[in-house]
Amino acid sequence: MAVGKEIRTKIASVKNTQKITKAMEMVAASKMRKAQHRMQAARPYARKIMNVITHLARAHAEYKHPFLINHAEDRRIGVIIVSSDRGLCGGLNSNLFRDLLRRFNEWKKAGSEIELVIIGNKAVSFFNRFGLKIDGQTTHIGDAPGLEQLIGAAKIMLDKYTANEIDRLYLASNQFVNSMTQKPRIEQLLPLPPSAEQELKHHWDYIYEPEAQQTIDQLLTRYIESLIYQGVVENIACEQAARMVAMKSASDNATNLISELQLIYNKARQAAITQELSEIVAGAAAV
Amino acid sequence: MAMTIHVDIVSAEQEIFSGVAEMVFAPGVMGELGIAPHHSPLLTYLAPGEVRVKLPGGAEESFYVSGGILEIQPHIVTVLSDTAMRAEDLDEAAVLKAKEAVDRAMHERTAEMEYAKVLAEQAEIAAQLLTLQRLRRRAGR
Repeated sequence: MAVGKEIRTKIASVKNTQKITKAMEMVAASKMRKAQHRMQAARPYARKIMNVITHLARAHAEYKHPFLINHAEDRRIGVIIVSSDRGLCGGLNSNLFRDLLRRFNEWKKAGSEIELVIIGNKAVSFFNRFGLKIDGQTTHIGDAPGLEQLIGAAKIMLDKYTANEIDRLYLASNQFVNSMTQKPRIEQLLPLPPSAEQELKHHWDYIYEPEAQQTIDQLLTRYIESLIYQGVVENIACEQAARMVAMKSASDNATNLISELQLIYNKARQAAITQELSEIVAGAAAV
Repeated sequence: MAMTIHVDIVSAEQEIFSGVAEMVFAPGVMGELGIAPHHSPLLTYLAPGEVRVKLPGGAEESFYVSGGILEIQPHIVTVLSDTAMRAEDLDEAAVLKAKEAVDRAMHERTAEMEYAKVLAEQAEIAAQLLTLQRLRRRAGR
C-alpha cells in the first residue's frame, strides 16, 4: 500500500539512530565503571600527600618554597582547564565553560590578566574563539592518561609561577558527585591555600635528608601534579557518566518519537482504508 | 605487646599497603633507613629499592618502590611512591629483559640517547633485581 511511505522511512531512520545511541550508552556505562575505578584508585595518594603537606605547613621550616608564598602583586591569573576530547556528553563541557566565562568576567573587571593552559579538545576549540592567551594545550589524552602526558601542561604553569609571571593558578574541571550529577569546579592551586587547622603551639621541624629545599621542591611538585592528575581522571569519569545519561535520554526520546510516528502512520492508513471503502460504497449506490 | 607504628604505602595509581608494623625499612637517598615507633619527624625522598615492613608477630612484607617521598611522624609512616608493587609481583623475566635492553643501550652509546635517563633506568633495574634476590633468599631460609 502506498500510504505513508515517508512516515515509514522516518520510523526506520529513527530506529537506526536509536540503535546507535543505545550502543553508545552501553559503551559509556562500561567505560564509566573503569574510569570511576581509576579515580578511586588515585584517591589514597592524593589524600596522603595532602596530609603530608598539611603537616609541612605546620612545621616551622627554615625554607619557604615559592609555591607557598603569596606574590606581592595579584594581577595575573593562570588557569588550567580540563575538558573532554569528544562531544555528545550533554551539558558537561558547556556548564564548565559558562562558569569559567563568568569568572573571567569578574577577574577582568578587577583588572586581571588571564592566561590559559588547556587539556582536552573541546576547551581548545571553545577558548580559541575568545582571543585569550593560551600558553599550552594537550589533547587526545585517551581514557587512561599517564601522569607523564599531563606533566608538560602542568609544568608550563608551575614554571611561570616560579618565574613570577603569574600570581595565582587555578584548576578548572568537573567534579564527580555521582553518575547522574557532575559539578563544575574551579579551585585554587597556587599559592597553596593555608590550612584551616590551628597552628600547633610548640615549634618543631622535620629532619630533611638530604636538604630541605630539594625535598620540599620534590614534594610540592608532586603534590600539584597529583592534583592535576586527579582532576583529569575525575573529568574522564564525569565525561563517561554524562555521555551515558545523554545517550539514555536520546534513546528514550527516540522511543517516544517512534510511537508517535507509528500512531500517525496507523491513523493515516485507517483513513485511507475508510476512504476507499466509502468510495466503493458510494460507487455501488450510484449504479 | 610491642610498640607499633602505622604504615601507609601508596602509589599514584593505587593504595598498596596500610596497617601497623613493628619496624619499617626504606631506601632513602642518603642510605637505608630503619624506622621504629617514635622516630622523630623526617622528610626525605627515596631511591629505587625495597621497602620492608616488619609486622607484629615477626612476619615481613616486602615492596618494591621506584622512588618517591617518605614522611615520618612519630606514629605514622607514609610512603608516597611513584610506582610501588608487592615484591612478589615483580616479574623476573621482564626485569631481566629490560636489563638486557638497557645494557645494550649503555654499550652502544648512540648520540641521541639521554645518558642520565639510561643511568636512572639502570639503577631502577638493579634495585628490582636486588629486591628479587633478597626475597628469594628469605624464602629459601
